[in-house]
Amino acid sequence: MTAKDIKHPLRGIRNPLLPAVLALFAFSVNAQDDETLTKQVELEQAPAPGPEGYHQPPSLDDIPEGPFGDSVRSGWQAFVNTRQHPEAKRFVGNKQNCGNCHLASGLAANSAPMWGAWGIYPKYRGKNDHVNTMDERIRGCFTYSMNAGGSEAGGPPEPDSQVLKDMQAFFFWSAKGAPIGENLPGRGYAAVPKPENEISVSRGEEVYQDQCAVCHGNDGSGKFADDGRQIFPPLWGAGAYNWGAGMHRINTAAAFIKYNMPLGKASPVEKEAALTDQQAWDVAAFINSHERPQDPRWEGSKASTDEKWHTHQCLYNETVRGHTLGDGAG
Amino acid sequence: MRGRYRFTCGLFGFSFLILLMPTISAANEAGKKLALQGGEGVQPCSSCHGAQGGGNAAAGWPRLAGLNADYMVQQLNALANGTRSNPLMAPIASSLSEQQRKDVAEYFANLTPPTTPPGGDVDQKILKRGKVLAQRGDWQQGIPACTSCHGLKGQGVGAAFPSIAGQPAMYLQNQIKAWQSGSRQNDPNGLMASVAKRLSDEDSQAVTAWFASLPAEPSKSDQ
Ligand code: HEC
Ligand code: HEC
Ligand code: HEC
Ligand code: HEC
Repeated sequence: MTAKDIKHPLRGIRNPLLPAVLALFAFSVNAQDDETLTKQVELEQAPAPGPEGYHQPPSLDDIPEGPFGDSVRSGWQAFVNTRQHPEAKRFVGNKQNCGNCHLASGLAANSAPMWGAWGIYPKYRGKNDHVNTMDERIRGCFTYSMNAGGSEAGGPPEPDSQVLKDMQAFFFWSAKGAPIGENLPGRGYAAVPKPENEISVSRGEEVYQDQCAVCHGNDGSGKFADDGRQIFPPLWGAGAYNWGAGMHRINTAAAFIKYNMPLGKASPVEKEAALTDQQAWDVAAFINSHERPQDPRWEGSKASTDEKWHTHQCLYNETVRGHTLGDGAG
Repeated sequence: MRGRYRFTCGLFGFSFLILLMPTISAANEAGKKLALQGGEGVQPCSSCHGAQGGGNAAAGWPRLAGLNADYMVQQLNALANGTRSNPLMAPIASSLSEQQRKDVAEYFANLTPPTTPPGGDVDQKILKRGKVLAQRGDWQQGIPACTSCHGLKGQGVGAAFPSIAGQPAMYLQNQIKAWQSGSRQNDPNGLMASVAKRLSDEDSQAVTAWFASLPAEPSKSDQ
């Protein structure tokens, strides 16, 4: 293993069946200094908004002219049209754009807005005794949500690369006037209490057919225009987020879905929901009961990957519809 | 050599055409006849929707040319069963048989829509607001970009999300009002009703003016 491999441990781990030793070594090195890359850490809950409401980002029409504005615009485009952006697209190993899970160009409260994230990083985490930077957070999103291991580049963007700079210029611009170092109202997704009834994948399937399939497709593969641009994103299969992404946790997916989906019915900024808590959890479980690209932290077997990385609410290595999940897709 | 090749090819193509002709033309002929001449107790569609199916902007009657055929059948069914109401169109839809609805929808779906948009005399400022709503929505009000469902150019997505580009502004606005008042309730899972109810009158005017200023593009059923 070269020095470069250690710095970018995820590069080249395209095939989950690479020798487990390699993956293990890469990650043990990595985990010490960079937890954002080994884990999409669950965010803490944000406080409720006061009478002044949520932070108001500036209008996208008011991005200034000049080199700073150019960088902001490039970062915005890399965020919403990641698969078309000349630089960002090289790091996308599935069929996602950042904006799929961060609605309204990453500006909507309760949709994990970027203005909510901006003032939180760099963030010290005692657990790994490391200061996590925004740079690393974004690289983590590329690694899991965008499955960078399967991309043309084979891994997330290099630290401090232009696309990361542009994205951060965009986040910075959107946070204008927001306090720094505070967990702002509207940050992250608003947690949905776990319902009293058991979570049911088959009830979730009914919700999905009734309320989601018209856009995301019966087979969860989404819809794309003739020129390849996304209309509706895939939720499972090769085009989806991978088994390491935050969205594969059922509680996180339920929280996203409750106030963001179905598109046009739920309203994140107004915190209006179209589904009951039970429906949100059930459909979140249904979506995450399908194969998707392998966890890039593959430990050599589903069981050992499960044990090491999946001690949260998810269906990795669980048996659903007669199939033990975790084979990967793509 | 070349000549003979072309000859066999032509012969093959010709017999192929003959084979297909009865099925294609039966539907199209029946549809075309209904559209241009009407049927028993049914006025010709063209008398309101235009000879080429281009609609009538001044009256607020929709363009049918190039719309998705399945979408049009769904609308004719809805107009007939009352989940969508309109005094002019509902009686006509009711008097069409199931087969006639399919035939005529197929006919209009295959027509090329007019290349000039219906447009209208609208202030640039209003159009600008309309464009923002169309392409980015207004999330403070819970309104996603119209294009996220109706396609990047408003050209429609499959049978569920109709083409709204190049439709008369008045027609589009009437539909938004119909959802707000509850006289149109046929949309899948109330998706459009939910969006329409969040639109103010000013925003509805602005965004419909914007789509009326765009050229129609045929909505391919598998876009
Ligand atoms: C498949 C859905 C998905 C996609 C695509 C996605 N993210 Fe995320 N993102 C999440 C989830 C889930 C979280 C964590 C939320 C939680 O745990 O509550 C998150 C968190 C974040 C955070 C931290 C937010 C905070 O407040 O600390 C940033 C920054 C971020 N994402 C940026 C990006 C960028 C940049 C991209 C594209 C390269 C991207 N995301 C793509 C789902 C996604
Ligand atoms: C009207 C179309 C539509 C419907 C209906 C709909 N979605 Fe979505 N969904 C979208 C779009 C579009 C996005 C991408 C975000 C955007 O562009 O605003 C998305 C994003 C998502 C994501 C983000 C994950 C990813 O991997 O990209 C999830 C999860 C999701 N939807 C789940 C659901 C569920 C569950 C339902 C049903 C309860 C549902 N959606 C209904 C259109 C829809
Ligand atoms: C007397 C005038 C008139 C005639 C004749 C007429 N229509 Fe219509 N049609 C309308 C009006 C008005 C509407 C719009 C209704 C509304 O505002 O809801 C409409 C709407 C429609 C729609 C819905 C379009 C959409 O985008 O949702 C279809 C489809 C349609 N007509 C088909 C037909 C067919 C097929 C015929 C001939 C068999 C026909 N129409 C004849 C007046 C007419
Ligand atoms: C969440 C998805 C969604 C969004 C966002 C959306 N629409 Fe729709 N729209 C629909 C659906 C679904 C229908 C078809 C209803 C039916 O089948 O009757 C529709 C139909 C329409 C129609 C009627 C077209 C016709 O031919 O009769 C108009 C007008 C319309 N939408 C305008 C808009 C405008 C303007 C916006 C943006 C402010 C918008 N829509 C945003 C889902 C959406």
